[in-house]
Amino acid sequence: MRVLDKKLIRDFKRLWAQSLAVSLVLACGVATLILAVGAYRSLDETRNAYYERYRFAHLFASVERAPDALSSRIAAINGVAGVQTRVTQFALLDVTGMAEPATGQIFSLPDYGVPRLNLLFLRSGRLPEPGRRGEVVVSESFASAHGFMAGSELHATIAGNRVAMHITGVALSPEFIYAVGPGDIVPDDKRFAVLWMRRGELAALSDLEDAFNSVSLSLLPGTNSGAVIEHLDQLLAPYGGTGAFDRDDQISHAFLDTELTQLRGMAMVVPPIFLAISAFLINMILARLVALEREQIGLLKALGYGRWAVVMHYVKLVLVIALVGILIGFAVGTWLGNGLTRLYAEFYRFPFLIFQRSPDIYVLAALVSMGAAIAGALKAVLAATWLPPAVAMQPAPPPLYRRASAVSQMLTGFLSQLTVMALRHMTRWPMRAGLTILGTAAAVSLLVTALFSFGSINFMIDTVFFRTDRQDVTISFSQPLGPDAVLAARRLPGVMAVEPFRALQVEMSFGPRSRRISVLGKSSTSRLSRLLDLDLDPVSLPPSGMVLSERVADQIEVRVGDIVQVKILEEGAQIHNVAVTGIIQSYLGLGAYMDIDALDNLSRVGPRRSGVYAEFDPAQAEDIFAAIKSMPAAASIALQSVSLQKFRDTIEENISIMTSIYVVLAGIIAFGVVYNSARIQLSERGRELASLRVLGFTRREVSSVLVTELVLIVLIAQPLGWGLGYGLSWLVVLGFQSDLFRIPFIVEPSAFGWSSVAVLSAAAISALIVVRRVRSLDMIQVLKTRE
Amino acid sequence: MSTLTPVFVIKDLTKIYQTGDVIIHALRGASATFYEGELAVMLGPSGSGKSTFLNIVGGLDTASSGTARFGDLELTSCNEAALTKFRRDHVGFVFQFYNLIPSLTARENVALVTEISRNPMKPEDALSMVGLEDRMDHFPAQMSGGEQQRVAMARAIAKNPDVLLCDEPTGALDSKTGRVVLEALTRINDELGTTTAIITHNAVIRNLAHRTFYFADGEVVREEINKKRIKPKDLDW
Repeated sequence: MRVLDKKLIRDFKRLWAQSLAVSLVLACGVATLILAVGAYRSLDETRNAYYERYRFAHLFASVERAPDALSSRIAAINGVAGVQTRVTQFALLDVTGMAEPATGQIFSLPDYGVPRLNLLFLRSGRLPEPGRRGEVVVSESFASAHGFMAGSELHATIAGNRVAMHITGVALSPEFIYAVGPGDIVPDDKRFAVLWMRRGELAALSDLEDAFNSVSLSLLPGTNSGAVIEHLDQLLAPYGGTGAFDRDDQISHAFLDTELTQLRGMAMVVPPIFLAISAFLINMILARLVALEREQIGLLKALGYGRWAVVMHYVKLVLVIALVGILIGFAVGTWLGNGLTRLYAEFYRFPFLIFQRSPDIYVLAALVSMGAAIAGALKAVLAATWLPPAVAMQPAPPPLYRRASAVSQMLTGFLSQLTVMALRHMTRWPMRAGLTILGTAAAVSLLVTALFSFGSINFMIDTVFFRTDRQDVTISFSQPLGPDAVLAARRLPGVMAVEPFRALQVEMSFGPRSRRISVLGKSSTSRLSRLLDLDLDPVSLPPSGMVLSERVADQIEVRVGDIVQVKILEEGAQIHNVAVTGIIQSYLGLGAYMDIDALDNLSRVGPRRSGVYAEFDPAQAEDIFAAIKSMPAAASIALQSVSLQKFRDTIEENISIMTSIYVVLAGIIAFGVVYNSARIQLSERGRELASLRVLGFTRREVSSVLVTELVLIVLIAQPLGWGLGYGLSWLVVLGFQSDLFRIPFIVEPSAFGWSSVAVLSAAAISALIVVRRVRSLDMIQVLKTRE
Repeated sequence: MSTLTPVFVIKDLTKIYQTGDVIIHALRGASATFYEGELAVMLGPSGSGKSTFLNIVGGLDTASSGTARFGDLELTSCNEAALTKFRRDHVGFVFQFYNLIPSLTARENVALVTEISRNPMKPEDALSMVGLEDRMDHFPAQMSGGEQQRVAMARAIAKNPDVLLCDEPTGALDSKTGRVVLEALTRINDELGTTTAIITHNAVIRNLAHRTFYFADGEVVREEINKKRIKPKDLDW
């Protein structure tokens, strides 16, 4: 081994603690890059493979009742590759041992063979036998939640008919990777099921023989889906078509897309923060090392080592630090990536998982890390090796302090000389102090970003569950019914109040912009399900005109007072002009609301009710559930308390995992930055500090000089970190905005508080480790030697 | 000289260092007494133990055996905190390499000590005594070596110490600036009456002293009283 390499190894051993702190920061960058990109690719690849192998459709449309013969005309639309018509119905499921009814969405399978689109992955059992009544296949999530398998039984109310069902198999569908029931926000495996039965039987039960009410299309590559949607809507309009949509509006697909977008955001934002901080730390350490070894560098050059030989010597040291970080990052990133992908596999329903382990991302992570490390080192090393040997062998001139401004002189007049020392040292290297502050602020901001979601989600829960939708249960009818159905619901045992609602599919246009949307008619005096204005105060619906949620209003760019064109997509496609009378806040879905009587007038087919919101006496819950199960009109129910619990559980699990990861990441940054900063300070000022000890200053006083600077840096970093975190959180909220849900932007003071507590603790620990070294300052050695 | 009051009474001081496998006997039983108001010079070649001796006397280091008594205080039985207090309250140090704080001006370097002293003089007065009244707001990097050493001396005397311990105060200086520094030292000794001990390997400096201790091989081998002191400017450097 060459002598210089021996020196390298000894240097590395000597600097191990500082190097490790940097390696860990670097490892965070590498790990988060591999984690985010790895999980993104695995999820994306798995989804694509699943979609392709199981022929997930490109377009979807619902219709009231269209004749089978229409199918060939749909297939003839330019660009359509395949068409699958089917029958679908919501049904209430009666599961033995569960008091409340579950909601099922039943899809038809062709009478013979398998569907052309949206194929099932049969996990176990078999498909229903053609012609055999009551046989169904159920979704895996529901089956596992209840322990169902082939041979299990349950009952369903399908379009008013009570049917005994015999499970023949358990399956997965690309349409329900994320299976969320009507009225729910997160999947509830116990209470939402997807079922498949043969078409003949389902059509007979739903009164849809020789007809369909749902159609899926696959498109030829390169086809403009907009044109096909337009054409399809024209064909379906006479039959009560409610408007076709593509994958972007398909709930399962859209949720997965949100997840993928988040992962991509994480891959783009988080790793660069870590890499930048590592580069800065390496620069700080190397600059100090080179300053200490300045005379050795001069000597090496005097002995005949070339400039690049010396540069390479230090670059090698940095590469060792980088290599350690890269290896740790590889291991942790791969481990976390697999964990995350498995977590996805639990949350999302895939038949298989493709772990995309792409070597390119590892190579990229390694190269970027080494690049950052070398970039950090190069400036310090080049400056030192540039000096002629004779100059380098002389000690560096002492750091030059200049008289500060009159103002700061006045200020320092009030401070003790020890404090002045700390302040001057900090302002002597403003760039370094600034970057140290920025690095610490980055740790704070990461935590704020991880923690703010608690406040936002709590606020969302409060708004949605306690201020907007305060009903106990929402019962949806299998088809729009007359007002008698509402009275029937009121007479259910234990029901204390009911409020009707009516949903009407429309296309809303304003100028060149239009949007398909479901208008919800509610009673203007509704007390259970309320609307909140932008300040979250309850508002009542005006007797005429329409109220829009903020997101809808933004999308079609309307303001209060504008007149929008409303084209009813059911029952005859009439067109009306309706005034926008209010804009309201809504975090879930796209909202458009009218007074229910006004909506009835608009549709011109008389009063129709899609369902009711009800309040019931919890003591009679069992009775009301039993009654709903045998209520012919009911197609699905949503229970607020169960939804809320499920929502909380899911969010809590997700957030606590994320928060723990971010706390570790932020801790590593804070530790890396503060520890290195303190060590460098100690190294630079060891002589000064030992001199202070000689002069009779106690250890505590001497430590205070070190600590003052650290405390100042860490304190200044707090508000900066809060600001950065606030901005990052806002970006997160923007990234989450979708038609499905929006997160309110609420950063509670506790998010700032806890972030600071975590970072201050990490900083305090690292400072303490360094301050302990003040004990071992060698006073005598310092006095004998020249700096 | 019968009215002399002893300040330090040091008896049979030994100091053994162990670095790796090597055992070094830095002191092998050195004894000496310093008297109030005297200027003592300790002469000897490198490695004769004079610096170790001064470090123990100044409370910077501990002895392996022997006693070092400062008034009623037995330094060899003091703990770390007591030694810190001793240095803080009683001792002024001047070193070969000045040991100034680069981020503080001359005035502030002196104030560093006066802030923690019980009975300090004003930093400005201390600096005037060493002839630096015009350089008070300069940083160390803006001053010559001799000026920096005089700041160090001002810092050492500003707390009105009982003793001033100087380890090679002129070691890093040329003869001209060395003389200026020595003039300041003798002036302090004359005017303030501060007991002063100076380590040097420059034998000429003994002519300034009341008393000279000769060091060799970790012991005081000879003690000499100087009958005829001369002034620094008359030193034959």
